Formats: sequence, structure tokens, C-alpha cells
Amino acid sequence: MGFKNFCFKKSLWVFHFAGASCNNCDIEILDCLTPRYDVERFGILLAGSVRHADVILVSGSINMRDKDRLLEIYNQAPKPVLVVAIGGCGCTGGIFAEGITFAGPVDKIIPVNAYIPGCPPKPEAIIAGIIKLVNSM
Amino acid sequence: MALYLFYLLIFPGLLFSSVIGAFLSWFDRKITARVQFRKGPPLLQPFYDFFKLLLVKETILPKQGSPILFLMAPIFALSGAVLAAAFILLPLFNITTGFKGDLIVIFYLLTIPSFSYIIGSLASGNPLAAVGGSREMKLIMSYESTFLLVIAGIIVKASQNFDLNSVIFIQQNSSPFIGSISGILLFIPGIFCVQAKLGLVPFDMAEAETEIAEGTFIEYSGSPYAIIKLTKYIMLFILPAFLIGLFMNGFNLNGINILWTVLKVAGIVLLLTLIRNTNPRIKIKQAISFFLVWMNLLAVVAIVLAFFGY
Repeated sequence: MGFKNFCFKKSLWVFHFAGASCNNCDIEILDCLTPRYDVERFGILLAGSVRHADVILVSGSINMRDKDRLLEIYNQAPKPVLVVAIGGCGCTGGIFAEGITFAGPVDKIIPVNAYIPGCPPKPEAIIAGIIKLVNSM
Repeated sequence: MALYLFYLLIFPGLLFSSVIGAFLSWFDRKITARVQFRKGPPLLQPFYDFFKLLLVKETILPKQGSPILFLMAPIFALSGAVLAAAFILLPLFNITTGFKGDLIVIFYLLTIPSFSYIIGSLASGNPLAAVGGSREMKLIMSYESTFLLVIAGIIVKASQNFDLNSVIFIQQNSSPFIGSISGILLFIPGIFCVQAKLGLVPFDMAEAETEIAEGTFIEYSGSPYAIIKLTKYIMLFILPAFLIGLFMNGFNLNGINILWTVLKVAGIVLLLTLIRNTNPRIKIKQAISFFLVWMNLLAVVAIVLAFFGY
């Protein structure tokens, strides 16, 4: 198990799911891939298809329409898969928590492994969260 | 029999070419990162990716489509690549002399991985994979004629010898083919054909990850995708090696010449990476006219020049 776990830690491919997001968290996620932060040095790549993903990053508040999509995406992903909720809306619902179309924060719908709060979280915070998640495995 | 199995599975075949190809894949990613002023992945990153996909991840079969063909396609691709690796690398390392006409066999074996990707994508029953498969098919139809013309030009230059060993032998006794005008004119279509065969950026419309979400490989996960990755590593080594055999007098493994051999492989991969990093993805229509008109024209001009001895 040690070798398998080591390889899994060293090569996390990320799939990015944006719910009803205001796009700020998405921009900060893309910042992590730019030359200044460069998460590829940890082996993290952005995957185009959820079939190749090891981590699903969920940003934005999840409304009733997104809920089915998020469940479908989670079921389509090959296990083991980690879920990271990004931003205030992903973690708790933020200012949308009492809205009529709000369908619960991410951890009510699918199991979440790490929360990265912030509105939006800084790229440093996202990288720190992912490194903590990797070290906790 | 045991010797042939050793050739296929260990030394120039599966194990050796995939390990070298994985390091070349790291080299490609590192150069890409340096071009974009990034730091890039660690040295063993391709191995981590491969073992993660092979050992850790679950394999999901598509609900629609044909699961058996879907699972067989990566194995077809791997076996084609391994056979091509053995046929290319045995004459290059001067182990055996090959046989008469093995350039044609290599040409056919090198198309097997692309055809298997098409089979796998169409068997997955995913509409985006079907788009990717049809684009790959059009791409094959456009670059294969150019690749055949390049090989024909080499045959003309090597005084009508059809085997890789005597092509290398003729170059080692006189001068490498890239040192002549027709050689340079043949090398340009050759390098673009290799770029298209590897599916690198100007010609990666079949697996455009931002546009059709990895296209041909969209449904692959777990160990079948690991086998596809392995095939890609092998192709990243043997296609530059094939170009070196055709144009740059092959591998030479005596003393200091080992350094030149390594530099030749690294140089060709560097050229491919730089082409990849300085170009946008083109449309399939543009790729067809690029190969069928311009590259074919260049190759035909080079063959005529080679016929008159330039």
C-alpha cells in the first residue's frame, strides 16, 4: 500500500467543477497553474475529463440544478477520488446559504476531504490546502 | 525463440524503450515548463503517473458501446508500438541487420497505435470520443501519404535500398542525409509527420482537452489509460529514433559517440517540444491542406532533387 499511496500522492490530476460560482474562485484556481505558483512541480495537472481525475475541486454555491450534475460527476469519477470544496460558497454556502434555490453546501451532497475557505481564497491558500490534504493521506 | 522474446520484451522492446520514453516525456514537460518560466515536474513524474493509473485507479467501462473492444484497443496499440520499437531499434543498435523491406513494415506498424485509438474511441460510445476519432482518422489520411513520400525519398537517396540497416550503413560510410539539400527538404515534412503521429500541439485536435475534453481518450480510466500512456512514452522514443536512423546516420555506441547519440535524441525531442510550445492548435481542415498540399509538394521536390543527386 505504501508504494501505491506514494504514487497517488505524487500525481494528483485535478478536475474543476464550478457550480453557480461568481468566477472569482475559478480565476484563483487558474492562478495556481500560472508561472508564479506552478502546481505542476507537485505533479498536479488539470484534467479535461473526469475519468482521469483524482481530485474534484468544487467552487461556487450548489443550487438545485447543479446538485444533479455534481452527483453525476462524482459517480462518473474513478475511485479513489478526493473532493475539495473551495471558497466560502463551497464550504458553507456563504451569502447564498439562505437562498430559495440553494441545495446545501457541497458536503451535504458528496463526501468532502478538504475545505479551503476564503472569498476568494488566495492561490497560496489553495496550494497550502492541497498540500495538507496530500500529507494527511 | 527466447532471444526474440528478449528482444521484444526487454532490451530494445517494451522495457527499455518505455523507460527511455518516460524520461523523454519528463524532458518534454520540463522544457515546456522552462519555456513558460515555470519550474516543471520532478524527474520521476511519468513513472508516478503511470503507476498511479495502473495500480490505484478504478477502471470504468462505458455503459453503451462495446466493452471488449474498448479494453482491447490499448493492448493493440501497445503491441504495435512494441513491435515497431523492436524493428526500429534492432538495426539502430546494430544488434541484427533486419530484413529486406523492413522500412515498409515499420511504416505499417507505426500506424497501428493511431488506428487502435480510433477503435477504442468509437467503441466507447461517447459522442465527444466519436468526434475525436473522426478527427484522428482525417489526420491519419492526411499525414500518412506525406510520411510514405519521406520514406520514398530516403529510399531514392539510399540507392534503392529498402532496409533500415543499409540506409544507416550508407550514411555512416559517406555523410548523413541531412547534410544535403534534398535531405533538409525531406526532414521538414518528416518532423511534422512525427509531430502529428505523436499528437503534439499543432496537430492535437483529436485529443483537444479544452475543446472536446481529451477526445479519443475521454472514457479511458485506470489501467487501460495507463497502457495508452505507456504507448505514448514508447512512441516518443521510437519516432525520433526512426528519424535519426533515416537522416542522421543512426546510433553509434563506441566511446564518446554515446554522447552524440544521446544529444541527437534529445535534440529531436527538443525540436518537437519547441514546435509544440510556439504554435496554437490548428483546425483539422488546415492540417489536411498543410499535409496534402504543402508538405507533399516539399517531399516531391525533395525526391526529384534526390533523384538528380543533390
